[in-house]
Amino acid sequence: MTVQLWTYTLVGITFGIYIAIAIWSRAGSTKEFYVAGGGISPWANGLATAADWMSAASFISMAGLISFMGYDGSVYLMGWTGGYVLLALLLAPYLRKFGQFTVPDFVGERYYSNTARVVAVLCALLVSFTYVAGQMRGVGVVFSRFLEVDIDTGVIIGMIIVLFYAVLGGMKGITYTQVAQFCVLIFAFMVPAFFISIQMTGNPIPQLGMGSQLNDGSGTYLLERLNGLSQELGFANYTTGSKSRIDVFAITLALMVGTAGLPHVIVRFFTVKRVRDARKSAGIALLCIALLYTTAPAVAVFARINLIDTVSNQPYANMPEWFKNWETTGLLQFDDKNQDGTIQYTGDANNELTVDRDIMVLANPEIAELPAWVVALVAAGGLAAALSTAAGLLLVISSSISHDLIKKVFKPNISEKGELWSARAAATFAVVVAGYFGINPPGFVAAVVALAFGLAAASFFPAIILGIFYKKMNRQGAISGMIVGISLMLFYMLKFKFGVFDGGKEAVAGLQSAWWWGISPEGFGSVAMIVNFMVALTVNYFYPDPPKEVQELVEDIRIPRGAGAAHTH
Amino acid sequence: MNQSNQRQRYWSQNLRYLILLLSIWFLVSYGAGILFKDFLDQFMVGGFPLGFWMAQQGAIYVFVLLIFVYVALMNRLDKKFDVNE
Repeated sequence: MTVQLWTYTLVGITFGIYIAIAIWSRAGSTKEFYVAGGGISPWANGLATAADWMSAASFISMAGLISFMGYDGSVYLMGWTGGYVLLALLLAPYLRKFGQFTVPDFVGERYYSNTARVVAVLCALLVSFTYVAGQMRGVGVVFSRFLEVDIDTGVIIGMIIVLFYAVLGGMKGITYTQVAQFCVLIFAFMVPAFFISIQMTGNPIPQLGMGSQLNDGSGTYLLERLNGLSQELGFANYTTGSKSRIDVFAITLALMVGTAGLPHVIVRFFTVKRVRDARKSAGIALLCIALLYTTAPAVAVFARINLIDTVSNQPYANMPEWFKNWETTGLLQFDDKNQDGTIQYTGDANNELTVDRDIMVLANPEIAELPAWVVALVAAGGLAAALSTAAGLLLVISSSISHDLIKKVFKPNISEKGELWSARAAATFAVVVAGYFGINPPGFVAAVVALAFGLAAASFFPAIILGIFYKKMNRQGAISGMIVGISLMLFYMLKFKFGVFDGGKEAVAGLQSAWWWGISPEGFGSVAMIVNFMVALTVNYFYPDPPKEVQELVEDIRIPRGAGAAHTH
Repeated sequence: MNQSNQRQRYWSQNLRYLILLLSIWFLVSYGAGILFKDFLDQFMVGGFPLGFWMAQQGAIYVFVLLIFVYVALMNRLDKKFDVNE
């Protein structure tokens, strides 16, 4: 069978499974729609959280990014896993005990204020919309390359599928589809990694293969060879990297704290029965995530060596079929500057090959000449990763609108049925907006997705932590902290990422030397978070303590017993 | 002993666990993987420089362990103070 036929078959089968699950698990009440009825088992929730979390960025882009960044890529590896430790130890158990439906719910109740709730809703929408547009784009890229439809048609097919199960099934449908999607995506990521690891090192386990000797009898270690190649071609040394230590530190921190503050991840912990289940499912989620995240750096090394070996100083005419295929998508470009018909791939001005980092994972099986079904599997896995995250984000958007804005602020006496229908309408609206951005991506989507973490770190994380660990925290402090934190982050982002105040995009590169303390916009979320904490605590000092009921609420969420009951009020 | 006193003790024991576990969390990632990376890189583990390995592999394994240790400690603590479900 050809790659194309395999792709149609595997994508067809997996989509069929997702739709069948959606029909089987329709949501009948708002509680089922928002939190799947609160009765998901820790294992199912752990797997669903892993799929929810691992997006097109984790599956498609991350290994490719690391491939080009070497050691600097560690910021993603540590940042996007270490956040789960914070989530499990500092947030999940207490938010589960609190037991409502959304993150703005917690902020609104804990800070006894609808202003706080609305600020939280705006932060949640800002973070989720930027994130979801990137997912839709990922769906489009996979469709266009492997199913040979154009990107727009791909986005529309993706929209229809997500619409179907998110709108019909709500959190309940999403949870069980995510479990299936996790299985598809992890299988799809691991299989090519096993194959390539055996091919290159003889060791089937990629995590070990990465540190082994090459199979060619030379006795050279993989990393040694990669460092050698990098030096030879003028790239930065792979295991050393080129970012400053303080920036690596700041980015890792911003990503960790941002992960712990992302609403679509937090909300998953509202779906389990007991506090102990919330703790346990955070552990299971990280275990599942670690499987992919410890494999990704190995894939990065394999792909980098394979790519350099295949293209460097080779005649253009001899390039294999995948090279031409990716050239037509525009993600791989060859410009024969010195007209010698040979590809010079280097780290300096003589470089003739531009490789989009997004193709590394998708092209990897082809570069390594793996069988057709493995190539097709990667396409199905990429779609599973993008769709599962998109669905989780859409749910946050729809519940923020129907529950936090309509029910809690504008129309408190709305009926259960009315709220369920408005949730479905909001989800539909969100899918259409996300699809629009997928088809017409504003140039800054990719940049903003990375910054979404900074925004989450600068807004939610301090408010929630103080809400749990500092009983006397009052609303004035929390609201001013959130507003100052997110504004500072937005300002820094506009100034140094988009150059808004200095004459636009062209000025951005020149501003690097003006970064505060040498910290990049991606890492600035950690500074904005610290500022949020300081502002909150200072303002808190000048205003009265929160009312007695609120302090009792805080006492109560610190004790696990009674979480099941807390859900029903 | 009265109930609020009990709860106070439960909470401070919880905080002690958090400080211990988060210190390890900090040491393996920000410590070994970033601040002391260059120092650790002089040691090789198989084909890996140690600091590089901590940043791209080791820290992640420790994170997973930390959560499961926390789960076990808290389940025991919940039972001891009779606040489990």
